Amino acid sequence: MAYSRALHRRRQATNVIGLGVATLATLFGLVWLVWILGTTLYKGAGAIDMRLFTQMTPPPGEDGGLLNAIVGSTVMIVLAVAFGTPVGVMAGTWLAEYAHGRAIAEAIRFINDILLSAPSIVIGLFVYALVVQPSGHFSGWAGAVALAMLLLPVVVRTSDETMRLIPGTLREAALALGAPKWRMVTSVIWPAARTGILTGILLAIARISGETAPLLFTALNNQYWTANPGNPLANLPVVIFQFALSPYDQWHRLAWAGALLMTVLVLMLSVSARAALGRRK
Amino acid sequence: MAEAEARISTSLTGTAALEESAPQIAIRNLDFFYGSNRALKGINLSLPARQVTAMIGPSGCGKSTLLRVLNRMYDLYPNQRATGEVMMEGRNLLDASIDLNELRSRIGMVFQKPTPFPMSVYDNIAFGVKLHERLSKSAMDERVEWSLARAALWEEVKDRLGSSAMGLSGGQQQRLCIARTIAVRPEVILLDEPTSALDPISTLKIEELIDELKRDFTIVIVTHNMQQAARCADQVAFFYLGELVEAGSATQMFTAPRERRTQDYITGRFG
Amino acid sequence: MPESTEHIVKSYEQELHRLRSLITEMGGLVESEVALACQAVIDRDDAAAASVVEADPKVDALEQQIQQFVIRMLALRQPMAQDLRLIVAGLRITGDLERIGDYAANVAKRSMVLGQFTLPFALTGLANMGRLVQQSLKTVIDAIGEEDTDAAVQVWRSDEEVDGIYNALFRELITYMMEDPRNITPCTHLLFIAKNLERIGDHATNIAETLYYAVKGEPLAGIRPKGDTSAYAVVRPPSE
Repeated sequence: MAYSRALHRRRQATNVIGLGVATLATLFGLVWLVWILGTTLYKGAGAIDMRLFTQMTPPPGEDGGLLNAIVGSTVMIVLAVAFGTPVGVMAGTWLAEYAHGRAIAEAIRFINDILLSAPSIVIGLFVYALVVQPSGHFSGWAGAVALAMLLLPVVVRTSDETMRLIPGTLREAALALGAPKWRMVTSVIWPAARTGILTGILLAIARISGETAPLLFTALNNQYWTANPGNPLANLPVVIFQFALSPYDQWHRLAWAGALLMTVLVLMLSVSARAALGRRK
Repeated sequence: MAEAEARISTSLTGTAALEESAPQIAIRNLDFFYGSNRALKGINLSLPARQVTAMIGPSGCGKSTLLRVLNRMYDLYPNQRATGEVMMEGRNLLDASIDLNELRSRIGMVFQKPTPFPMSVYDNIAFGVKLHERLSKSAMDERVEWSLARAALWEEVKDRLGSSAMGLSGGQQQRLCIARTIAVRPEVILLDEPTSALDPISTLKIEELIDELKRDFTIVIVTHNMQQAARCADQVAFFYLGELVEAGSATQMFTAPRERRTQDYITGRFG
Repeated sequence: MPESTEHIVKSYEQELHRLRSLITEMGGLVESEVALACQAVIDRDDAAAASVVEADPKVDALEQQIQQFVIRMLALRQPMAQDLRLIVAGLRITGDLERIGDYAANVAKRSMVLGQFTLPFALTGLANMGRLVQQSLKTVIDAIGEEDTDAAVQVWRSDEEVDGIYNALFRELITYMMEDPRNITPCTHLLFIAKNLERIGDHATNIAETLYYAVKGEPLAGIRPKGDTSAYAVVRPPSE
C-alpha cells in the first residue's frame, strides 16, 4: 500500500470542511442559549432583592415579592416527589429485575417512553378531569398529582436503565450465596444503582419545576399566602406566565426575577446530577 | 511436615489417590438444554470430597454450564433445563423440591470477574452469613476475621474493614469474593475461571489458597489455563462439544491422556 | 475435530521437528562411531580407531546443544502430554547416546593397544556381538525418527541375545588367559571391549524403553530381559 499524497490531501481538506460546518452549527445553537441566559440574567438580576423572598405577589401597581409562589412551588414539588419517586423506583425495579426479557416489559417501557414525551398540557387536562372536576375546585393536590405524573416516567426510565446496567454477575454473586431475590434487590442492586436513581430523581425535579401548562389546569394560582395544598396554590411558573402577559412594569420585573430563580434552580439540579454521575464513573 | 509429604505422595501416585476419597457429588447421565440446544450430553462424573477437580476444554464446551448446574444457577433463566442426576448425600440436586437458598449455602460459587458488593469489606462478608445464621456482633466479627484469614486477605484489609470493597485491587477483590463464599461455610466451592482477570502474582496467591482450602472444601474449578489445572487439580475433566471426553488424575491427564482429543487439546493442536 | 495433528503454533512444531532431527543426527554419529570401533577391533584397523576418538568430542558437543535446546523448550513452551514425554525422552536418549559414544571411544582406544599383540585365536564371538549391538542401535535410532514402538520392543527383546554372547565370550577369554599367561593383557582388553559392547546394548535398550514410553504414554510392560550372568561365572582351571 503506497502512501498517496493526493489522497491524503483530499482527506485533510474534507476534514477541515466537515469540522468547520460542525463548529458553525454548534456556535449557532450556543448563540441562542447564551442570548436567553444572558437576557434572563440581565433582566432578572436587576429585579432580585430581599422582598422577593419575604413578600407576597402584589396587586397591579404595588411592590411585592414571590414568597407565596416559591412556597407553593416547593410544596407541590415535594409532594410530587413523595408520590412519584417510590412508585417510579418500584416500577423501574420491576421492569429491570422481575420482568426481564418478557414482552410485557418491552410494552411497558414503550408506553413509559410515550408518557415521557407526552405534552404536559395533556397531563394537565387529564388531572383536571381526574381531580379538579370531581372535587369542584383547583388545588395544590391536583398540581402535585400532575407534577408526579410528569416525574414518574423519568424516574421509571432512569431506575430501569441504571439497574439494567448492573452486570448480571453481581446478581448471580448475591444469589450464589443463597440470597432470596428480594434480598438481592434491596441489599445489592439498589445500593449499586443508588447514584443513578438519585440522578434520575434530580433530573425529574429539574423537569417538573419549570412546568406551567399542567399547573394552569390544576393548582391555578393564589394571590394570597397559603401552604395548604387543599387550596389553589401559587407557583412560580404560573405567576411568571400571568405577570409576563400583564401590562404592568412591576409585574414584568417580578416575572424576570422568577424566571432567573427557576433557571438557577434547574441549572443547579442538573449540575449536581452530573456531579453525582461523574463520581460514580 | 509429614502431612505435606503424604499429600505430595498421593498427588504423585495419581489415580490411586482419587479412589481413596469418597465422592461428594456424583453426576449421572446429565443432559442440559439451552432451549432446544443440548449443551451437555450424558455427563457422568464424580467429584471427590476435599479434592480439586479442574474442568478444561475449549470455550463453549459446556464446562461452565456444568458448574452452573451444580448450584442451580441456571434456574434464573427461562428455557434452561437439566435432566439426569446430580447426587449429593443421597438427594438429587435437580429435584424441584430442593430449597435453592439452602443448596447455594452448601455449594458456593466464585465468578470469573471479581464481584464485590457496593458496601464495606465487612458487610460484604457479613451479607452471606446473615442470610443463613443469626450471629451476635462478636461472633460475626470472629467469622469475618476467620474467613478473611482463610482467604489470605486479613492482613491486607484488617485496618480498612469499614471502607468500601470497591477500593480493593482486583486480586484482593477476588480473594474477598472467596472469603465471602467460605464465610457461609459451604461444603463445595465452585470457581469459574477465578483468575482469568488477575495478574500472575495474584493468580499464584489464589492457587495457593485453593491448595489450602481443599483440606476443608471440595473444590471444582473451571479454567482455560492448562498449567493452572496442572498446578491445582487432583482430578481433571476434559470437555469437548458438550461431552465429557475424559476424566482422570491430573498426573495421568497431563502426561499420558488416554483420548486422542484430550491429547490434541492440551498440547495445543486444535482449539 | 480436525484430523491434522500439527501444532497451532508453527514455531513450536518446528522446534519439535528440530529436536527430532538433532537426536537423529546425534544417533547417526554415534552409530558410525560404534561401527568404526568394531571395525577397529575386528579388522585391527588403527585408522578407524583414530577417527572414532576424533569424532567423540563432536558427539559431546551435540549432547550439550540438545540439552540446552530441551531446557529452552521446557521453559518457553511448557509442553504437556505427548510433547512433554517426547521432549523429556529426547533429553534421556541424548544421555544414553553420549554414553554409547564414550564406550565406542573406549573400545577404539583399547583396539589400538590390542594392535601390539598377536592373537592366537579368532575374534568370531566378538564380531558377532558387535554386529548384533550395531543392529540394535541402528534399529532403535531409526525407530526414533518414525516413532516405531514395534521396533523398540524388538530391540528391547534382542538385548538378551547380546547378553548371551557376552557370557560365552567371558568364559572363552578367561579360558585363553588360563591357557597362557601371555594372553592376559590382550584378553583383559578384549574383556573390557566385550563389556563395553554389552553396555552399548544396554543403552540401546534404555533408548527403546524411553521411546516406547514417549510414544505410548505407558512404560514398556514386564521385566526387562537380563541375560548377563557373567557376574556369577566361575571358570575353574583344568586340574592337571
